[in-house]
Amino acid sequence: MMKRKDLLDLQSLDKSEIEYLLDTAASFKEILRRPVKKVPTLRGRSVANLFFEPSTRTRTSFEHAAKIMSADTYSLAGSTSSLVKGETLKDTMLTLDAMGIDAYVIRHSYSGSAALAAKYVPNKPVINAGDGTHEHPTQGLLDLLTIREAKGRIEGLEVAIVGDIAHSRVARSNIWGLSKLGAKIRLVGPATLLPPEADQLPVTVFTNLEKGIAGADVVNVLRIQLERQNEAFFPSTREYARLFGVSKAKLKGAASDVIVLHPGPMNRGVEIASALADDPEISVITNQVTNGVAVRMAVLFWLMGGTT
Amino acid sequence: MSGYNNDNQIPSSVVLDSEEMRRAWTRVAHEILERNRGVEDLVLIGILRKGGPLADRLKVAIQRIEGQPIPFGVLDISLYRDDFRTYQPKVGTTNIPFDIEGKKVVLVDDVLSTGRTVRAALAALNDLGRPSVIQLAVLVDRGHRELPVRPDFVGKNVPSSRSEFVRVSLAELDGRDIVEIFRER
Repeated sequence: MMKRKDLLDLQSLDKSEIEYLLDTAASFKEILRRPVKKVPTLRGRSVANLFFEPSTRTRTSFEHAAKIMSADTYSLAGSTSSLVKGETLKDTMLTLDAMGIDAYVIRHSYSGSAALAAKYVPNKPVINAGDGTHEHPTQGLLDLLTIREAKGRIEGLEVAIVGDIAHSRVARSNIWGLSKLGAKIRLVGPATLLPPEADQLPVTVFTNLEKGIAGADVVNVLRIQLERQNEAFFPSTREYARLFGVSKAKLKGAASDVIVLHPGPMNRGVEIASALADDPEISVITNQVTNGVAVRMAVLFWLMGGTT
Repeated sequence: MSGYNNDNQIPSSVVLDSEEMRRAWTRVAHEILERNRGVEDLVLIGILRKGGPLADRLKVAIQRIEGQPIPFGVLDISLYRDDFRTYQPKVGTTNIPFDIEGKKVVLVDDVLSTGRTVRAALAALNDLGRPSVIQLAVLVDRGHRELPVRPDFVGKNVPSSRSEFVRVSLAELDGRDIVEIFRER
């Protein structure tokens, strides 16, 4: 296993690295079921969570993962830190580095910000927790783990990613991770929300939901970013829900054992029907959340450990 | 952690062949029963990887001797190692499907040397509960302790020099049963 400093994307990981992380995360799930959820692996090490963009589940998940492994964690939110005083990302990183923080988790609205931050701390791991519309690698990994658990494999599966793909870092990490592990990927959404670079990606594009999910083994429903509503990518949320909202009725043409993922937070009744989200036979959304903690433990373990 | 590297080693000698291994391990099963006066509250926990199949064999032997099954689990100690900053272990999955609280735990491993694996295993068990007693069964004790650890049951004592490596091969993992000693090239 090659040693890496950072986890910035899934595009640059190879298949064996992704599988190593999934296997390690699968082993770590046992710890989450213990009455005492604590192992001493990262005792005396520190992790800073820098969230320049709002987040509940990713921030809590990373913090929980680090704490289970006995690391000390510090959460810096954009609104309560010196960032509002105009401190640059560079100065924030140099300051924390000088304090002796051992690893960084970064979410930022600019694509490429995690890679930039990683340059300012040449000896410390940086984990991308979502940078603009670029990638969200730990979300990609937890989706892969959830699919692999439910289906027993990734290779050869038909996976439909539905919704606002153009603005979705979750979709990009999914596309890279799934394609490296041999899944067949379909992107489904209104033409205005499909990525302009789709022809360079290992995907098939659909602008009709029923056609896009026909025979699919997995449907990954993305969140409609309601904050982008005023940019007129689609006429109304009601029309979006009618044409691209995923419900049990719409899934009739999918594989009989189809599973549905959603990265959260959900707009129930818009991109996903409430009854579908809560159906334990089809929805694996809560498994995704559990697997997120295990995946983040695996990433911290991989980047903060010694060389093999 | 037998710690060997094929490129750098030459085979020296066979410590236990499969028949000798079987006899030694059957004797250990009897010793465990004798020391604990039967199977009441007795549980077996193998340290991954090689301790897993070895503990499983003790379970089978004890069931054959006593006529009743005893609980069996496997323990991954990679998160409790003291060399995480310099070494990245491959992680296995702990699977102990019973409560160890108040039980007589027999920890099982292939080779006892520095004692660091056992220290890690004791720390790992500590997070899972408080057994009434923990005993240690190893197939091979090769010496060179770095911590105050002593085995309760030993398949074979193998005096060795620090430049030698003891390798345990098990049918379940490696296709055959043999214990060999290697010298550095």
